Amino acid sequence: MTAEPVALRAPAHRVSRRAIVYWTVRAAIGWLVLAGAEVVWLIGAGSLVPLRLVALVATGVLAVLHLMVMPQWRYRVHRWESTDQAVYTQTGWFTQERRIAPISRIQTVDSEFGVLERLFGLANVTVTTASAAGPIKVHGLDKDTASQLVAQLTSTTAATPGDAT
Amino acid sequence: MTEVAASSAEMPPAEVPWRRLSARMLAVHPVREVLRAWPVLIGVLFLGARSDVGGGVTGLIALGAVIVVGLLRWFTTTYRVSAEQVQVRRGLLRRETLTVPRDRVRTVDITASPLHRLLGLALLTIGTGRTDRRNDGVKLDALTADEAARLRVELLDRSPLAAPVDDAAGAPAVPLVVRPETVLAAFRAEWLRYAPFSLSGIVTVAITIGFLFRMANEANIRLSQFGPVRQAGAQLSRTAIWLAAVEVAIAFVVVVAIFSTVAYVVAYWGFRLSRQPGGTLYIVRGLLTRRSITLEERRLRGAEVSEPLLVRAVGGARAVAVATGLRVGRGAERGGSLLVPPAPRAEVEQVAGAVLGDAAPVRVALVRHGPRARQRRYTRALLGTVALIAVLAALWRWARWPAWPVPASLVLLPVAALLAEDRFRSLGHALAGQVLVVRQGSLVRRRVMLVREGVIGWNLRQSLFQRRAGVVTLEATTAGGRQRYAALDVPVDVAVRLADEAVPGLLTPFLADYGSDRSSD
Repeated sequence: MTAEPVALRAPAHRVSRRAIVYWTVRAAIGWLVLAGAEVVWLIGAGSLVPLRLVALVATGVLAVLHLMVMPQWRYRVHRWESTDQAVYTQTGWFTQERRIAPISRIQTVDSEFGVLERLFGLANVTVTTASAAGPIKVHGLDKDTASQLVAQLTSTTAATPGDAT
Repeated sequence: MTEVAASSAEMPPAEVPWRRLSARMLAVHPVREVLRAWPVLIGVLFLGARSDVGGGVTGLIALGAVIVVGLLRWFTTTYRVSAEQVQVRRGLLRRETLTVPRDRVRTVDITASPLHRLLGLALLTIGTGRTDRRNDGVKLDALTADEAARLRVELLDRSPLAAPVDDAAGAPAVPLVVRPETVLAAFRAEWLRYAPFSLSGIVTVAITIGFLFRMANEANIRLSQFGPVRQAGAQLSRTAIWLAAVEVAIAFVVVVAIFSTVAYVVAYWGFRLSRQPGGTLYIVRGLLTRRSITLEERRLRGAEVSEPLLVRAVGGARAVAVATGLRVGRGAERGGSLLVPPAPRAEVEQVAGAVLGDAAPVRVALVRHGPRARQRRYTRALLGTVALIAVLAALWRWARWPAWPVPASLVLLPVAALLAEDRFRSLGHALAGQVLVVRQGSLVRRRVMLVREGVIGWNLRQSLFQRRAGVVTLEATTAGGRQRYAALDVPVDVAVRLADEAVPGLLTPFLADYGSDRSSD
């Protein structure tokens, strides 16, 4: 091997733009549950009211920041690519992760349409290997792309012999 | 799950008769249940007329029920081994048949508790590599020791010589063939030197203390009124507090060391690791409960040499197999992946090399992970400590905590720094022949040697801070052991080159240099 610097490039395809809205809504639901619990806590008892107000306000500020930053950031990070040889994804936002698995080691290909995802016409595809640490998940694909990806992966995987462990 | 299909029986054409477990189990079940319930029994027998007698009677009824269930288990459990599969039928009301194709059998584990050994019995567990914890394998409790030994050889021997044994007679038709084996490691008295440092006794001490408290509770004994305890308590209350603390600490260390040694002897006495002609590794150990594990070498993905801090301090180490279908980490001892118990490091390394079939991965010098990795180790260790000190200071200032924890906790700073330095020095990676080597950890330093063929994917993870530092955590995923083995904080280009060299071709289309204009639509 030469000493010249090598680097991985990012995977080729972005996910659907609608994923931004999907991530925002999903995170907002979580924040609303937390805020709701804090409101109940605020109404519940007489003492420590200032502390409880501060907690609620802090939660609100954090929530707004998170909802403004996270989905956009995620959208810029999340990418995927699939060749005849390998599946390659990039996910995350603050902590980012690139996962690569050879097609020859794929055990299952699942596509999932969650309730919330269906509202936005999205789907996710999970590719698992024999390692419990190896599942590769592509979030926020639009439905047609997801079906195509599953079809492509299942056909290439079927063509590869062996028990892939 | 394909390995163990719970289904109504589909009979294979070859009629191999169903067989029962050893009838001697009829004697084992009641004894075992009585032993398990003995605190209750003592309570009932000796402290008879008490207010909680109702509980005792309920206990006895429950005990009787458990015994009956145990007997029923014997009457309802049958098994058979045909040329293609192992089948176990069990259940009284809900009959189930477990079928394991023989080529999915990965491990065969024979355990004989003292009670089993007394009666010449052994519990046989067939491991299929399912990693869910609820149902780890097919258990036959119990067979005669001979039958278990014969089944073990028969199930895992894939050599053409090992034709299926005709067991129509219900007894070993062919005597157990003893064939030559290569002994890779055997217990030596010198190993006991590492026993007190193995800390395997801490759990035992905790369990014993918990058990004593429970016993005392069941029997309504007030521990504080108990003679020796009261004396010791009175003694301690008269001495200065720091002296008392030192005394208690020394007593604890001594007790843990003793218990660790006892636990070590009980678990590893008579340890022997050998390579058998059928392509398996065979491990026997145990003073009271005799345990033997047979593991197929083609399921082996590598080996791990781990050095807990204390054991490392006295020059010891232990080795664990990385194999598909074997658990590691907590419960590794029970899960059967242990290759060598704490023993001299040189010896452990030699065994690991022999298991891998190549000494180079054990010996090879590792590539360090660079100044950024060192800096991150320090940052993380010191930030945590500073946060702790700040919390203690805040508690003292605003929550009326005593002041002394604050200066006392300053001692943690140099300790954290030492830990950080050691953690950095542990970091390293290398490629040696067909093996990828990564090492990390200080409290437990682990050198993992993973066969490159066994790497089934890469995860490259970077937090924001790691991106700014230009380092990445490179994880090789595998079907065995911990499922992932990480090289921490490797400079990005080193990590990519390592991954590319370890699994040639996988990363090639995604490398910026040659692959940037390619896309896969």
